[in-house]
Amino acid sequence: MSLVSIDQIHKYYGENHVLKGVDLKVAPGEVVSIIGRSGSGKSTLLRCINGLEAYQQGAIVVDSQAVEDDEYKLRLLSRSVGMVFQNFNLFPHMTAGENVMLAPKLVLGQDSKTSRAHAQELLEKVGLGDKFDAYPNNLSGGQQQRVAIARSLAMSPKVLLCDEITSALDPELVGEVLKVLEQLKAEGMTLILVTHEMNFARDVGDTVVFMHQGKVWETGPSDEVFASPQTSELQSFISAVL
Amino acid sequence: MMQFSDWDILRNLLLAARWTLLLSLIAFTGGGLVGLCLTLARSLRNPLISGFIKAYVELFQGTPLLMQLFLAFFGLSLIGIDVDPWTAAGLSLTLFSSAFLHEIWRGCIDALPKGQWEACRTLGLSYLQTMRYVILPQALRIAIAPTVGFSVQIVKGTALASIIGFVELTKAGTMLNNATFQPFKVFAMVAVLYFIICYPLSLFAKHLENKTHVTR
Amino acid sequence: MSYQLNFSGLLPYLPQFAAGIWATIELTLISTFLGLLLGTIGAAGRNSRYRVARALWGCYVEIIRNTPFIVQLFFIFFGLPALGLKLSAWQAGMIAMVVNLGAYSTEIIRAGIDATPKGQWEAGKTLGLSRRQIFIRIVLPPAFQRVYPALVSQCIIVMLGSAVVSQISLEELTFAANFAQSRTFLSFESYLLTAVLYLVLALLMRQSFAFAAKRLFKNPSL
Repeated sequence: MSLVSIDQIHKYYGENHVLKGVDLKVAPGEVVSIIGRSGSGKSTLLRCINGLEAYQQGAIVVDSQAVEDDEYKLRLLSRSVGMVFQNFNLFPHMTAGENVMLAPKLVLGQDSKTSRAHAQELLEKVGLGDKFDAYPNNLSGGQQQRVAIARSLAMSPKVLLCDEITSALDPELVGEVLKVLEQLKAEGMTLILVTHEMNFARDVGDTVVFMHQGKVWETGPSDEVFASPQTSELQSFISAVL
Repeated sequence: MMQFSDWDILRNLLLAARWTLLLSLIAFTGGGLVGLCLTLARSLRNPLISGFIKAYVELFQGTPLLMQLFLAFFGLSLIGIDVDPWTAAGLSLTLFSSAFLHEIWRGCIDALPKGQWEACRTLGLSYLQTMRYVILPQALRIAIAPTVGFSVQIVKGTALASIIGFVELTKAGTMLNNATFQPFKVFAMVAVLYFIICYPLSLFAKHLENKTHVTR
Repeated sequence: MSYQLNFSGLLPYLPQFAAGIWATIELTLISTFLGLLLGTIGAAGRNSRYRVARALWGCYVEIIRNTPFIVQLFFIFFGLPALGLKLSAWQAGMIAMVVNLGAYSTEIIRAGIDATPKGQWEAGKTLGLSRRQIFIRIVLPPAFQRVYPALVSQCIIVMLGSAVVSQISLEELTFAANFAQSRTFLSFESYLLTAVLYLVLALLMRQSFAFAAKRLFKNPSL
């Protein structure tokens, strides 16, 4: 039984056909890396999974909930699907702790004490136990991204979507964020990441999805896909980025 | 004919400046309240309401404030309301300010990165929760400086009320000029008094603007 | 109680309105051109190497921005003749509008210049250009383009503000409205018509500026 099931979805931006019948199944606990050139539709696909982008044809089912363009259903869905963004999107007027506490308090109705304790726990888990009261602008990019991960984990999602979460970071800060992801995988979290970190995709990811021109061009277990790419497009992509 | 010393002129101008200040305060408060309602109504994202508000803003930003004053002055009497300059000036300056303040505040909300909305959506926050806890607190901070800045425009706008016979600083100036035949001195003094009211507000707005830029 | 609006009563005054519109357009065209020119010079002055020049331009900008246009107009029209500088209504109105727009556009253009990356000045210097050359050739064009929308809005504000020059009997659009209403007592109709005419002028101005932008800026995506 797959946790995320994407069935033949099509997405248009006006005349522009961005997703041309994409299929993807993700099992619980699986780590899927979506790779591809910019403009291949990989970020759009990710944003369709939690309803940030509407699609025109096909179906997406996450945790047996259909992803539809309906405000109320999408809010329910957000309890199963977490998302981490390239630019963190932390709330700048709140401390790290408050960022993490906000949704559990408002959406799940947790009292302050419970959500505070939980937030502290999550910040410790991402290695920022001492930064509860720090504001985002006083944190490094890597630290901010780890707070953002803690913030989405606070809703206990079943699957975490990561949209190029290391692309805005200085190279020396990438490692600390990837380490958190590795740890999450070890705990059995389902991850779908759009990424440029090929080494991470190969070494940590279970499955690689190579997208090209709005389609899933090639897919398979990570080590196989990287070791022997079948299509010439993936071959040239890999030789360009590795 | 009565003789006016410099002190007499200044004293009369100062007395009239009270009404400039009071009218400004009324326009700022009234305009702020109406502007707030417009901003909240606009955020409902109902195309009909938004279209109406857009037309409202276009109307008040695309016509001279002087016409708005005239229309309030002559229009209210048409529908049988007895108008004195106070009512006409207070009403038209309130509406004028509301259109501009609404534009300023809407701009501040729009200036926030789209990612803030998206982050709230992925966390499952409702529209009202997103507004209340994430958008408004941030928009408010960047809105303070331009709002204070606009208050200068309101003070200057009240000068036009002199044309419909409202005795404030400018009207007092023209009256004193007619009595003293010292236009250079009188209007220089009028200008200085406006400057004394407006410049601190401008400085304060600039100070606030620098502050928000540094902490952001 | 009901009141029938009577616009046909204004028909005999259409020539006055037409002349008024034309005068308003003329005032606006000239003051826009001279005001933006003054603003550009002012922005250079605010950026000058000499402290005195910076301070003087700063004083000018702050005085104009913190006093009402109508007071500036009265000061120029009534006050300056007391010093022996006699001005016609047209001259006084024109000067007031130019001086007013000049101050605001100084600040706007300066903001555009301040947003210029430091690297632009440095690149110019390493290429051996003089300060003036860098300013005119490298810094000013993109700065102008950056603040173009704000300048357009300000020019429209000055056009709308020109209604006030009717107060010194300059025969522009609002003067025509005052004239018609004093003869016909159709006050509301006169001013409603005039307000609509100003609205149309403002829209036309925005359109013309948008059209000019297409010609003016070779790289619109800057």
